[in-house]
Amino acid sequence: MELLSGADMIARFLKDEGVERIYGYPGGAALHIYDALFRQDSVQHILVRHEQAATHAADGYARASGQPGVVLVTSGPGATNAVTGIATAYMDSIPMVVLCGQVASHLIGEDAFQETDIVGVTRPVVKHSFSIRHPSEIPEVLKKAFYLAATGRPGPVVVDIPKDMTAPTERYEYVYPKKVKIRSYNPVNRGHSGQIKKAVDMMLKARRPVFYTGGGIVTGRASEALTDLVQRLGFPITTTLMGIGGYPQGDRQSLGWLGMHGSYEANMAMHHADLIVAIGARFDDRVTNNTSKFCPTAKIVHVDIDPSSISKTVRADVPIVGAAGSVINEMISLVQDREPANSEALGEWWKSIDGWRAEREGKLYEPSKPGEALKPQEVIEAVYRATRGEAFVTTDVGQHQMFAAQYYKFAKPNRFITSGGLGTMGFGFPAAMGIKLSYPQDDVVCFTGEGSFQMMMQELSTCKQFDVGVKIVNLNNQSLGMVRQWQDLNYKSRHAHSYMESLPDFAKLIEAYGFTAIKVTTHEELAPALERAFVDTNELVFLDIYVDPFEHVYPMQVPLGSMRDMLLSKTERT
Amino acid sequence: MRHIISILLENEPGALSRVVGLFSQRNFNIETLNVAPTEDPSLSRLTVTTVGDDRVIEQITKHLNKLIDVVKLVDLTEGNHIERELMLVKVKSLGAARDEVKRTADIFRAQIVDVTPSVYTVQITGDAGKLDAFVQAMAPIGILEVARTGVSGIARGDKLLTL
Ligand SMILES: Cc1ncc(C[n+]2csc(CCOP(=O)(O)OP(=O)(O)O)c2C)c(N)n1
Ligand SMILES: [Mg+2]
Repeated sequence: MELLSGADMIARFLKDEGVERIYGYPGGAALHIYDALFRQDSVQHILVRHEQAATHAADGYARASGQPGVVLVTSGPGATNAVTGIATAYMDSIPMVVLCGQVASHLIGEDAFQETDIVGVTRPVVKHSFSIRHPSEIPEVLKKAFYLAATGRPGPVVVDIPKDMTAPTERYEYVYPKKVKIRSYNPVNRGHSGQIKKAVDMMLKARRPVFYTGGGIVTGRASEALTDLVQRLGFPITTTLMGIGGYPQGDRQSLGWLGMHGSYEANMAMHHADLIVAIGARFDDRVTNNTSKFCPTAKIVHVDIDPSSISKTVRADVPIVGAAGSVINEMISLVQDREPANSEALGEWWKSIDGWRAEREGKLYEPSKPGEALKPQEVIEAVYRATRGEAFVTTDVGQHQMFAAQYYKFAKPNRFITSGGLGTMGFGFPAAMGIKLSYPQDDVVCFTGEGSFQMMMQELSTCKQFDVGVKIVNLNNQSLGMVRQWQDLNYKSRHAHSYMESLPDFAKLIEAYGFTAIKVTTHEELAPALERAFVDTNELVFLDIYVDPFEHVYPMQVPLGSMRDMLLSKTERT
Repeated sequence: MRHIISILLENEPGALSRVVGLFSQRNFNIETLNVAPTEDPSLSRLTVTTVGDDRVIEQITKHLNKLIDVVKLVDLTEGNHIERELMLVKVKSLGAARDEVKRTADIFRAQIVDVTPSVYTVQITGDAGKLDAFVQAMAPIGILEVARTGVSGIARGDKLLTL
């Protein structure tokens, strides 16, 4: 039997749970825990420069690896600084465990120094939360926290730890709990066989089917199974922003992603479909546009691990609650060698789709000519080529995010890492940092904008301390581009606070931290800059690329319209 | 339509706030809420009455079920059930009104549980409709204060809400 203090239990538990790295920032209520971390060397602690960055870094790691990211912060301001990152993880169902220091139990409720009811503050944005009430419960509570974070529909779990629970003088028995049971929590795995059979029968009879898949494919590690099913049936597939990479984007059956800035062919196909097979996607408003005009001729099969996602915004005809991988595999076994019944109709369907594709071919944007300002789209395409499409790509939020999703073609899941649900500016850089630390051999590229980057740029200091070689591609349009686009479209170009009159000299800023920065202002400078940037995978390089500030993201769905109502450029609409 | 949802909830600090928070966070409506311990010290029973169409009620029960602290729940209105609420009412009772209060209480099978020279305190149980009717009947005489527990309920017959 081993006697450990609460603080040592935490350090020891993390080791036993197989956690290699945590992200955090110290402060009074967490100091016993920091002291315990100091006296061990199994778990590496990455000292960030702002707690929000700790959550995004842990989140980036979690999205790339599928393992829970772990964060440690102090009470009060430390914990409140983490809230944006917790909410970001919650909206995208990312497994994360956040350990928060808290004032000592006898002070709780007295407005003690740095006391915040963080369980209360985070309640609407966590999967669950715990408060430690006795040091001896630490191993079991932590095990429950990891179990909840990573299973079912994953999400962030907060553990509130009053300072006296980690006191070095009080020692209790420590046993690593290999398993925990929570009586009210039994995530489903297998879907209802009868419903799955019904869905497969509909799929085999469909004339104009489309797969519409989301982040559930990525978190559920179901992309191989999905690819198999989709290719057996020969149906078109479109993914959500969160589902990018769940099916190889270069494949002929892939229509790219759908929704507000989705591809023309994906939105057209959805609108005209007679069967939509939704898996691990949640029909959110950035996908459906006006739900009352959504896909008027389609029957809907909806597979999701979370029953509350089914029929939330759009009624499903065949609801199936289950894990994506398990349900898809059962579908595959039912399909086996059966052929879709309406091969002629499917042929016609593909003809329509190819027609939509051809309509937009070569018209997506106008590349720059020598001497002109670069277009953001062509920068993404150039980075795609420079990294052979194999990099981990993170983004911030704005036009650059949409361009990255449109023009970097992902062949694999877990490679496109973006804040989809919350749309958190500042996410990209710390997320890239978290990924790079765990994948040192890979190129990790963060596409950012001069607005977003300035929200988390203090992390340059963390990168310096831990030698983190991410590539930052700043698509510098000298404005809050996405806001400006909306103002162009909806407010007669009245640009209220969407421009940046006082941008720093990014190159000098980066150099102040001892890193390399390359400023690119013309078409001609791009190729050599990219060549230089990717010479050494482990060198942080910042590319400050000035792009056309007037570019808009298209297609763009028309508000309150159907899936197919889109602006296609500044002058064309459907 | 009005629904009565009964929930077995982990008897943990903060569990109730998760339930209540869910309703406000998702714009669901709470008409009454009633919570108390059960024979199992690890569980509380919570009953909430809410109003919504089928889609909303489906979302409410699904989201409640997702809360880790919610162990089990039932929508009592889906089957035959017994609904009860307890109310204490203070009524102004002077002169002729004293008889009138007593008579009305008898009609509703309510009991007078406390008396002063000017006030009767009446206790009444029943479904929400009966309590509403009693309040209406007493109003002209002069209601001074009302305390209602909120609805509690249980299924009829052999059906149980247990672990
Ligand atoms: C934290 C936060 N605040 C505000 C917004 C609203 N918002 C969405 S995009 C955007 C502009 C982003 O500008 P920039 O990073 O330069 O990207 P660009 O659109 O120019 O590519 C803003 C302000 C947000 N998404 N997140
Ligand atoms: Mg910008």
